[in-house]
Amino acid sequence: MTRKILSLALLGSTILGGAAAAEVTLTIESWRNDDLTLWQDTIIPAFEAANPDIKVKFTPSAPAEYNAVLNSKLDAGSAGDLITCRPFDASLALYDAGHLADLSDLDGMSNFSSVAKSAWQTDDAAASFCMPMASVIHGFIYNKDAFAELGLEIPETEAEFFAALETIKEDGNYIPMAMGTNDQWEAATMGYNNIGPNYWKGEEGRLALIAGDQKLTDPQWVAPYEALAKWGEYLGDGYEAQTYPDSQNIFTLGRAAIYPAGSWEITGFNAQADFAMGAFKPPVQASGDTCYISDHTDIALGMNAASPNAEAAKTFLNWMGTSEFASIYANALPGFFSLSNHDVAMEDPLAQEFVSWRGECESTIRSTYQVLSRGTPNLENETWGASVAAIKGSKSATDLGMELQDGLASWYAPQK
Amino acid sequence: MKISGIKWHIVIFLAPAVLVYTAIMIVPLFNTLRLALFTEVDQVRQFVGLDNFRTLFGNPHWSEQFWNALGNNFWFFFIHMIVQNPIGIALAAILSHPRLRFAAIYRTAIFVPTILSFVIVGFAWKLILSPIWGITPDMLNAVGLKWLYAPYLGKEEYALTTLALISVWQFVGIPMMLIYAALLSIPEEVLEAGEVDGITGFSAFWKIKLPLILPSIGIISILTFVGNFNAFDLIYTTQGALAGPAFSTDILGTFMYRTFFGFQLQLGDPHMGSAIASGMFGIILVGVCIYLFGIQTRLRRYQF
Repeated sequence: MTRKILSLALLGSTILGGAAAAEVTLTIESWRNDDLTLWQDTIIPAFEAANPDIKVKFTPSAPAEYNAVLNSKLDAGSAGDLITCRPFDASLALYDAGHLADLSDLDGMSNFSSVAKSAWQTDDAAASFCMPMASVIHGFIYNKDAFAELGLEIPETEAEFFAALETIKEDGNYIPMAMGTNDQWEAATMGYNNIGPNYWKGEEGRLALIAGDQKLTDPQWVAPYEALAKWGEYLGDGYEAQTYPDSQNIFTLGRAAIYPAGSWEITGFNAQADFAMGAFKPPVQASGDTCYISDHTDIALGMNAASPNAEAAKTFLNWMGTSEFASIYANALPGFFSLSNHDVAMEDPLAQEFVSWRGECESTIRSTYQVLSRGTPNLENETWGASVAAIKGSKSATDLGMELQDGLASWYAPQK
Repeated sequence: MKISGIKWHIVIFLAPAVLVYTAIMIVPLFNTLRLALFTEVDQVRQFVGLDNFRTLFGNPHWSEQFWNALGNNFWFFFIHMIVQNPIGIALAAILSHPRLRFAAIYRTAIFVPTILSFVIVGFAWKLILSPIWGITPDMLNAVGLKWLYAPYLGKEEYALTTLALISVWQFVGIPMMLIYAALLSIPEEVLEAGEVDGITGFSAFWKIKLPLILPSIGIISILTFVGNFNAFDLIYTTQGALAGPAFSTDILGTFMYRTFFGFQLQLGDPHMGSAIASGMFGIILVGVCIYLFGIQTRLRRYQF
């Protein structure tokens, strides 16, 4: 008898509970599972305070599986209302397939420059389908204590950079640089595309490559591989099997002096490292050369075209264009720099250091992301392998350039 | 009362299994084979016949990856055959020895890794072998064999063999159990008859027991074959979808996953992915047929 009453009560509460929840719930798909607490504790409460009748749920999946998971969910019609967009082709394909809605007319869109929007537009820039969220900047994070101990200055030129590595290596107390090649992408993202823009002159070289005016066999595209080839001896024993989390741990434990970084590391490093950290930008060839940094448009938010809560989703996206969101996001996640035109004050010194380079250097994005990774073989994935091969010394820089060029020319008409 | 020749109870009792099996195995299989005959141009699916296979085998960028993956698959299988099965047989032979004490404990300990998830096994071994945190360098150092250590999972030369050996470590329990069961089922009279003729100990194993367990070894080999050519999880958890270093651990499973679902900036291509899946299906089918018609038919004469 008691059991019957209990189950009736339970049943009643579910029905009533369903009826009471008349408000809309938005679900966000994302690969940033590192940011779960941030969204739950900071961003979502701020939005919900301003929009009491909209509830937001952040449901990230693992970064490496995100594309596959998202595509299956979208095809099955079970994807969330808001979809975190990777830059360029992956999102463009979703838009072309009708999964992402055209957001060009949203008011919030007017707060972003055309460069900021470029990663989430159709090739002719007629339609924008994701609201830009943030970019990440590449460079090197270093252990200030280690540098002070060894009397090292921040290296500005390539020669100074290798001299510093050599000093650290000779001293023997620190692994000169924390990076492994097991996960492969680090070598390309934090290696090749970190130091590369100084060689190919940022946007100039990147656009020339897309136009077919430069080739991957040209010296400015091969030289970064020659530089990477010199990295191998400074990476510590067994770097071949060292994973990305291994590298992070080695650096934050104070065992390595330099970490080739993306600015997204800042949050994690702040939490784990108990020594002072500084950052320096990719070294140039000769002192006084124009410097170029990889200021990569990385993350945006789009709307599932099949979402039943389109209005609420648009409200959320418009809110993302406000300076309130930009400020919350950039300060809660130092190292993800707002792409909006708002002037965001940042408190984290390391993040300030990174963002200050925007004033000193020319910004560019990763060379392999726009257009060039559309076919098979995929230039980005090929660059992973090539960067690893360069570091390990298993292939010469010239050979790598030729291989990549062959692969690209096999499907990309302007390079044929 | 018999209405017709059809035995309805058989049909009815078989129906649920047949329906479920058809829905979740046969239909998807044929759909995959069908999907391989299409391609997508501007969001429209088009029938292209065998074009995807022509690309897969004809285009150097595709075929190079395919043959590399297939070659790696064969190496993976080869290591299993020459390491896993002999060790499995040896373990079973030792375990079935009547005077061995604590046999049950050994049996359990050796079988335990088999029930662990690939993810646990992959990550555990990745940690054990890690040059930074792993215990391997220290353990080798302790016995003066430090020179043997290399970052095994990070070197092109060793990575695949290392992974194959990890997989052997995990699955050696299965051949052990199957052969153990086969050894126990050998009738005492046969062995006694051998003993009367003066065949004991090792020669009893080689001359009587081994021929009698050959059918079991055959079954284990074909299970290993099918399992290895469908392998994916271990490589994926330890080396990622790009099966590094430099595709040296790429097997058909990871190649198919990358192509079908896409990876990082590479967009998924279900049609090419299906072509690879069809290729895998074909290879396994051929392998199983060779076993069934070439080997099993011959083995039958030893059976009781």
